[in-house]
Amino acid sequence: MDLILVNLIDGLVTGLLLFMLSAGLTLIFSMMGVLNFAHASFYMLGAYFAFQISLALGFWMGLLIAPLVVGVMGAGVERYGLRRVHQYGHVPELIFTFGLALLIEELVQFIWGKNQMPYEAPEILQFTAFAIAGNSIPAYKIFMIFISVAIFIGLLWVLTRTRVGMIIQAALTYPKTVEALGHNVPLIFMGVFGVGTALAGVAGVIAGPVLGTFPGMAFVLGSIVFVTIVIGGLGSLWGALVASLLIGWITTFSKAYNLRMEDLLTTLGFTKPEPIWDSPWRDLWSITSPQIADILPYILMVLILIFRPYGLFGKRDA
Amino acid sequence: MTDQLTTDPTKPAQRMRAGSMVLPLTPWVIAAIALLILPFIFTANSAITIMNQMAITIIFALAYNMLLGQGGMLSFGHAVYAGVGGFACMHIINNDAFFSNLPLPLLPIFGGLFGMGLAMIVGSFSTRKAGTVFAMISLGVGELIAACSVIIVAFFGGEEGISGDRTYGLPFLGVEFLQQIEVYYLIAVWLMVSAALMYLYSRTPLGRMANAVRDNPERAEFLGYSARWVRFYSFVASGFFAGIAGALFAINYEILTEENLNTTQSGIILLVTFLGGVGFFFGPILGAIVFTLVQTVLSLQTELWGFYLGIVFVVTVMFFPGGLAGLIMMHVPAKRLGKLGRLGLPYLKTLGAGALGCLGAAALIEMVFHVRHASVGDHEITVYWTTFDTHGVLPWVLAIGATVIGFGLARATAPGLVAAWNDANTPDGAAR
Amino acid sequence: MLKSITLGVATALTLSVSALAASADTIKIAFIDPLSGPFAGTGTNGLHQYEFAAEELVNKQGGVLDGDMFEIVAFDNKISPKESLIQLQVAIDQGIRYIAQGNSSGVANALTEAIDKHNRRNPDDKVLFLNYSAVDPALTNDKCNFWHFRFDANADIKMDALTDVIAEDDGIKKVYIIGQDYSFGKAVAAAAVRFIGEKRPDIEIVGNELHPIGKVKDFTPYSRKIVASEADAIITGNWGADMLGLGKSVLENGYDGPIFTYYAAADGITAAFGETGEGSLRLVAEGQINPPANDRAAAYYEAFKAKYPDGNISQARITNVIEMLARAIDEAGSATDVVKVAYALEDMEHESLWGGSIKMRAIDHQLIQDVHIHAHTDDGITFDYDNSGYGIKVENTVTMAAMDSETSCKMRRP
Repeated sequence: MDLILVNLIDGLVTGLLLFMLSAGLTLIFSMMGVLNFAHASFYMLGAYFAFQISLALGFWMGLLIAPLVVGVMGAGVERYGLRRVHQYGHVPELIFTFGLALLIEELVQFIWGKNQMPYEAPEILQFTAFAIAGNSIPAYKIFMIFISVAIFIGLLWVLTRTRVGMIIQAALTYPKTVEALGHNVPLIFMGVFGVGTALAGVAGVIAGPVLGTFPGMAFVLGSIVFVTIVIGGLGSLWGALVASLLIGWITTFSKAYNLRMEDLLTTLGFTKPEPIWDSPWRDLWSITSPQIADILPYILMVLILIFRPYGLFGKRDA
Repeated sequence: MTDQLTTDPTKPAQRMRAGSMVLPLTPWVIAAIALLILPFIFTANSAITIMNQMAITIIFALAYNMLLGQGGMLSFGHAVYAGVGGFACMHIINNDAFFSNLPLPLLPIFGGLFGMGLAMIVGSFSTRKAGTVFAMISLGVGELIAACSVIIVAFFGGEEGISGDRTYGLPFLGVEFLQQIEVYYLIAVWLMVSAALMYLYSRTPLGRMANAVRDNPERAEFLGYSARWVRFYSFVASGFFAGIAGALFAINYEILTEENLNTTQSGIILLVTFLGGVGFFFGPILGAIVFTLVQTVLSLQTELWGFYLGIVFVVTVMFFPGGLAGLIMMHVPAKRLGKLGRLGLPYLKTLGAGALGCLGAAALIEMVFHVRHASVGDHEITVYWTTFDTHGVLPWVLAIGATVIGFGLARATAPGLVAAWNDANTPDGAAR
Repeated sequence: MLKSITLGVATALTLSVSALAASADTIKIAFIDPLSGPFAGTGTNGLHQYEFAAEELVNKQGGVLDGDMFEIVAFDNKISPKESLIQLQVAIDQGIRYIAQGNSSGVANALTEAIDKHNRRNPDDKVLFLNYSAVDPALTNDKCNFWHFRFDANADIKMDALTDVIAEDDGIKKVYIIGQDYSFGKAVAAAAVRFIGEKRPDIEIVGNELHPIGKVKDFTPYSRKIVASEADAIITGNWGADMLGLGKSVLENGYDGPIFTYYAAADGITAAFGETGEGSLRLVAEGQINPPANDRAAAYYEAFKAKYPDGNISQARITNVIEMLARAIDEAGSATDVVKVAYALEDMEHESLWGGSIKMRAIDHQLIQDVHIHAHTDDGITFDYDNSGYGIKVENTVTMAAMDSETSCKMRRP
């Protein structure tokens, strides 16, 4: 029972982190119809910038400045790259972000080298917040939960309660009309792209010390972010939240408990072939849940796309 | 997003003259002769290995372009069809009883069939929708199968993969395929056969319909074609040729591993195809040749090859969405007007200057990288076959000078080039 | 169009091949390891160690035979088996007869088979494979061949030494085994179960599991399980980011026992563990760095640090590769007749630069050497890793580990 609680908290941290990435991505998608492959790369840039800044000014300044820098870079990419490619159609846009992801990874290696950076959580947060049955919950994780919840509430407030949010929502559905009303839609696009990437930057800043700051960090997270927004429904903020938490908990729980395929198959009435090591099905029988934990989201996504192509909360086809 | 998926706004496919099922002979004969004599020019085994790799990538890229270029379907997991075809072939090679009665040159057919089989299974649900849904399912399935490669050890052999010995097959006309050169000709024949088949496929009514469905699925449906089945057939055909590429990989390297399946491999083939140009049949061929050279030859010269490749790729997407092939085909109108010659001098000026700028910039990048990452005391760097001290002033002045002057000249001469371009593309006597 | 391509290919291929044409008085060793991509850090550091060893231990001593110098030629295999095979072909074309590789047993498996086939099919230009790091036991057992020599202790030998230490510690009652889901991770787990069963049948193995290699973003769920199992010790074969992730995660989440590992030092890992790993991390490896075994070793390390201040000697065995190869070439009287060189290497006994004597076992081409258990600490460290103040210090030593161990190798000799 205690362990369930601990795993719930761990899954929440993973899920919320994923949410900070997928929130920006889903916003960008619903505005511009672009699946930004380089989104996780901005997350990586956030971590690296924050590391560099923290060397000089400490962690907190990094948390403040790095996302801004990343956001400005993101806006620049939209203004000078994406807008240009937009005229060629969607596939070249996708491919452009794909190439950008490669380039950013190479760039990071060019500047910081290939080793992991010693980027650490601030001293003040390096203690155990509380412990449940011998399992300590580091204070930094609580801090991560607070930051991401604050961001979610802030985002929701801006989108639904402010004038800017209204214009964004209108531009989502009727960009032509909004433009005719005198709003600068390209500027809104640039702003949304900047904010979306800045969010990814924040995620990078706070995840860097926990998940490691190394050149492969974007690649590890890259495609899972897509999976999240596809499951949640493209363009839906709530969908992104639910899907992120779902993925966080599914992966955490399947890693934390050793469910074995053998038990499942036996329950279903199959008999184990003997000798097992000589059977062509040996690998199927020996599968355990931690082994497949990280591919469960992909299975979920394929199933969702087949049976409900607009995702859990999406209103329109992906 | 669904109905806007066009790969190229200029819709080059429409420029092809439809209907004729005849191979235009000249380029194919030249290609065949070139394939025949290449090993006499490059006799080194490593050169032959690189050419084998190139040929395999060409087949794979052409198969991929059946989806991307002709069908407008963006796949992020196409490596699995080539990989599974290859793995199946490896199992055939390791099955002594069967393999000792099978001439090696026939093996790729089995690879193709296995690739096709997998494509039929996946395609049965993934081709129902085009656009993002298709792309995302391909990504999901790709990740799944790649992840299976370490879990299902019986078929994929885990992390070290599975290997075999191609020479145990039935000797074919007395050839046992001991040497790389024998494998080269095997692959070359398969390259010609598959390329010709894929070209002819694009000329069949089905191939033409794939274009129609890419550009306007709704209209294609009104014409009485099921967009879904047209996509399905393209997908299956593409899976078949990808499987052949996988089988040739198995024959050439005699080992298949997880890297044949993973998303990196799928990403590379997308990159290769786009770099070459998706709008033209020969685009992916160009892409495969250039990419293989960059990967194997440039990586011997600099560890920053990935960085340069990334820059080239992004620049291509931004400025030449038609890829290398599009760039070449831009000159067809001028050639028809017989005015291609007028571009020569302006090109020489601008591109020459641009090349100088690029070389200078590359030298700068190498020097910065060296200063930043080389061991202390190691001040020597070799760029362009010249060794010098990175902490001296002269090399920096030279590199910066070359960059600035090169790009500056290119910029200065650009208007001249544009004028010449307009001139070359305007029929004489037309109003200016 | 095709003509221009042909021309382009022609120039490029000629350049690549002719630029590095062989010269008469150097003996080239191809270093085929990742120099770009995620493992480039390890690969580049290894390359520096090779270059330094060749320069310091052979060339400055007057070379081999009548003054022939060693030259290390680097090839980037991007840790891909396919690329490795291409680069192997390029290396052979350049007239290189010695191939050194170490990172990833998957690549080593591909190379050893390719080299075996190459030597059978091309008897005129045979090559030797100097494996300095890939520790999959199969390479010197079922998959052994005459051309392959392993200079690192294999996974079984290291586990034998590790479990010796565990067996002596009466405080350890429960052990948790966790590793990456691939050949090496499985080999480590199997060896751990076998040796613990033999040496301390009373120890309970409370967990034995595999996780996907290189894909786990967050190890917290695994560490929860480990903490909940009340294990007194963890055994893992993890390396790279997986080692760092697992180690940091278990320590942060309340585990305070020892973590017995293979690869938890240098390449940024020592620095990243820092204070956290003190008292917990135990590494099994050959080559004594701290305290320096003798003045010569200390001087060698200092000279290395002077040349590469950011580098580490993380693979001490590289000096053994270079020194033993040089001796074998001298004994064989030829650098081109690799069969003779291989026979000279077999059963060669040598005094390692890092102390202790070593011997290349003829039956399976496995180097028999002292294996040490190191502790990650900042106390009594002469040569730290990653300039972090922390390094590894020898705690226990097993001399000539697994000298009489069995092997299933049936070698065919030319």
